[in-house]
Amino acid sequence: MSMESKKVKKLVLSTLLSSILPVSANAETVFVTLEKDNALAMVDPAEGELIKTVDVGQRPRGITISPDYKVLYIATSDDNIIKVIDTDSLKEIGTLPSADDPETFALNPKGDRLYVSNEDDSMVTVIDIGKKKAVKQIKVGVEPEGIAVSPDNRWVVSATETTNMLHWIDAKTHEIAENTLIDARPRAVTFTADSKFAWATSEMGSTLSILDANSKQVVKRVSFEIPGVAKDKIQPVGVVVDKEGKRGYVALGPANRVAVMNAKSYEVEKYLLVGQRVWNLAFSPDQKRLYTTNGVSNDISIIDLDSLTVTKSIAVGNYPWGVAVKP
Amino acid sequence: MHLKSFPKKSGFMIKIADQRSREIKAYNTLLFIAKRFLLLIILFLPVFATSVSFAKEKQIIKIAFLAQTPKVRPPLSNLDPVIENKGVTGAELAIEDNNTTGKYTKQRFSLDKFIVPADGNPADVFDKKIAGKYVFVVTNLKAVATNVIADSTRAKDILVFDAATTDDAMRNKDCRANVLHLLPSRSMRTDALAQYMVKKRWTKWFLVTGTAAEDKLYAEAIKRSAKKFGIKIIQEKTWEHTYDARRSAQSDVAVFTQIDDDYDVLVVADEQGQFGEYLDYRTWIPRPVIGTQGLTASAWHRTHEQWGAVQIQNRFKEKAGRWMEEEDYGAYLAVRAIGEAATRAQSNAYQPVKDYLLGDQFALQGYKGVALSFRSWDRQLRQPVLLAAPRSLVAVAPIEGYLHPKTELDTLGYDQPETVCQWSQKK
Repeated sequence: MSMESKKVKKLVLSTLLSSILPVSANAETVFVTLEKDNALAMVDPAEGELIKTVDVGQRPRGITISPDYKVLYIATSDDNIIKVIDTDSLKEIGTLPSADDPETFALNPKGDRLYVSNEDDSMVTVIDIGKKKAVKQIKVGVEPEGIAVSPDNRWVVSATETTNMLHWIDAKTHEIAENTLIDARPRAVTFTADSKFAWATSEMGSTLSILDANSKQVVKRVSFEIPGVAKDKIQPVGVVVDKEGKRGYVALGPANRVAVMNAKSYEVEKYLLVGQRVWNLAFSPDQKRLYTTNGVSNDISIIDLDSLTVTKSIAVGNYPWGVAVKP
Repeated sequence: MHLKSFPKKSGFMIKIADQRSREIKAYNTLLFIAKRFLLLIILFLPVFATSVSFAKEKQIIKIAFLAQTPKVRPPLSNLDPVIENKGVTGAELAIEDNNTTGKYTKQRFSLDKFIVPADGNPADVFDKKIAGKYVFVVTNLKAVATNVIADSTRAKDILVFDAATTDDAMRNKDCRANVLHLLPSRSMRTDALAQYMVKKRWTKWFLVTGTAAEDKLYAEAIKRSAKKFGIKIIQEKTWEHTYDARRSAQSDVAVFTQIDDDYDVLVVADEQGQFGEYLDYRTWIPRPVIGTQGLTASAWHRTHEQWGAVQIQNRFKEKAGRWMEEEDYGAYLAVRAIGEAATRAQSNAYQPVKDYLLGDQFALQGYKGVALSFRSWDRQLRQPVLLAAPRSLVAVAPIEGYLHPKTELDTLGYDQPETVCQWSQKK
């Protein structure tokens, strides 16, 4: 009996869901930190609308969503703290210590540890989220910025802007195991889903470096060339790679474009014109869309990844910085 | 050398051994020798390997900082404290940054400071204490003193990083192949001002120049920029009045600036700050002041905080207890440029570092939103120029809309077709 009713329930649910889904194909919520507005914007991408904006504290920049999508972590840099925001109510439900000037951070795959770049102190702070405590500080190069944890939870990679390095921190011992020199002003790092490669952008070097996570060496260095755009305007920042390892995407800053990369051949397939000074990127949960924050034009762009076209741009507020998506 | 000759010799030995294989005794002896050689090769291999890759041993990169204490001028007011160590702290901060990288690349950077008193001779200090001991010399000297050092016969394999001068002549007729210039030239600064003024359509200028030689050079740069960007200088006057603020300010400036033609901005050429500060709000008609006072053009300014600049402003203030000055920024860039090139080239020697510094790959991070590099024709560091009022950053040049086939940064100052720098044309 109970089995029967469960089956029925499931059937009803799935029919209901399938009937709803086509209506709003991307029924997700996009959260954007607004550096100059001291606020968080909540956007309905399907409707192309800014739903609301809430105050979150001074100079919010880095933003990450928990694996269960229940909370957002936001670095409010000038408050020297990381705020924990409930994704339903958008209320602050707690804070995490972060040491001085937190800008970017990365969550481990389990979602119980946060690795924070402290730009002014040349440190990476490890935070135990459950205990709400900093458990370790790791000295890295000058001005750490981009940071990423490999999906297999082996490596934490910290990119330091002035030292021009990637520091490979062992996620278990919290010791630096190796350092790799890459092009000038490294900004962001990400791992491929299989944890085999790290992709890192160099803002001033105008390049993308692809590193083998085993050897820690650069296996490919990609330069970008866009007809009609001066070389020094091409400043790679945000970088993401899809789950299948088919394509990667690189935000090119004041070149106002996102480079679409073949993740196997490392060729640039296409440049997509988005808003001005594009910095950070986030996939939709189904990875059918990509959201970009455009700092100077004060909007976000939506890229449809099947057709590789920019479908929409939505005004969000002053200096959109980071972006996170909830299904 | 050794590594190459060893396998050759042992191969030769084995060949001989084969030829005389019937003579067992000799064969055995030779085999013994060959084995010994092999052993030798194995023993020595690690030694050769380390001397090539620098991976195990720390490499030391020695940098000399040579500065002369400027002659003390009577302070104009008590508003700004007199700073005596301009440049030094910038170099020190950069050494720390270099060494953070060096920690991971097995390189160590050292900085030795040579501060010559106002009445001393920097060339003597260079000859006695620097020449022959250093390859990289960062200078905070006047133009003439800088070139005296560059011209010294002992400076042939030395790179001089001029972290102080702004003279256009140093980048043109008086240029030297072994001198790199970190701070923007006067013409880069005045071009920056001109670009912004054209954008504002404030293109009728009234130029007031002081009597110092530097003021005349600045005025020349202003006139060159005006011509380059289609600006009209409707009148030029030299300020010869007294420099006493209490007496000159109210009456003299009003009378001095009462001219027949109308103008958009008053451009002042007063590099020492003898009278320029007293022009604003005292002119006959209400017009803004630009140039060496009012809206100024500089490489660095305390109002600058974009592109990560706030980080270095904070780090500098923490270290020095004061704001970062232009000379500090110049010295910082010089030492960082050496660091960047030495790290990438994995060398502490003249040629590899110089090749990297002047090569296409060189990209220096200078907290200005674009990569900085040296112009091939005059060794001037191409860089954005900040346009700032005392408490607000107004604009960053190159101003949008000024296009250039190579890089918009080369819309500032002397571009390749205009340069009269001789060594580059000979090449």
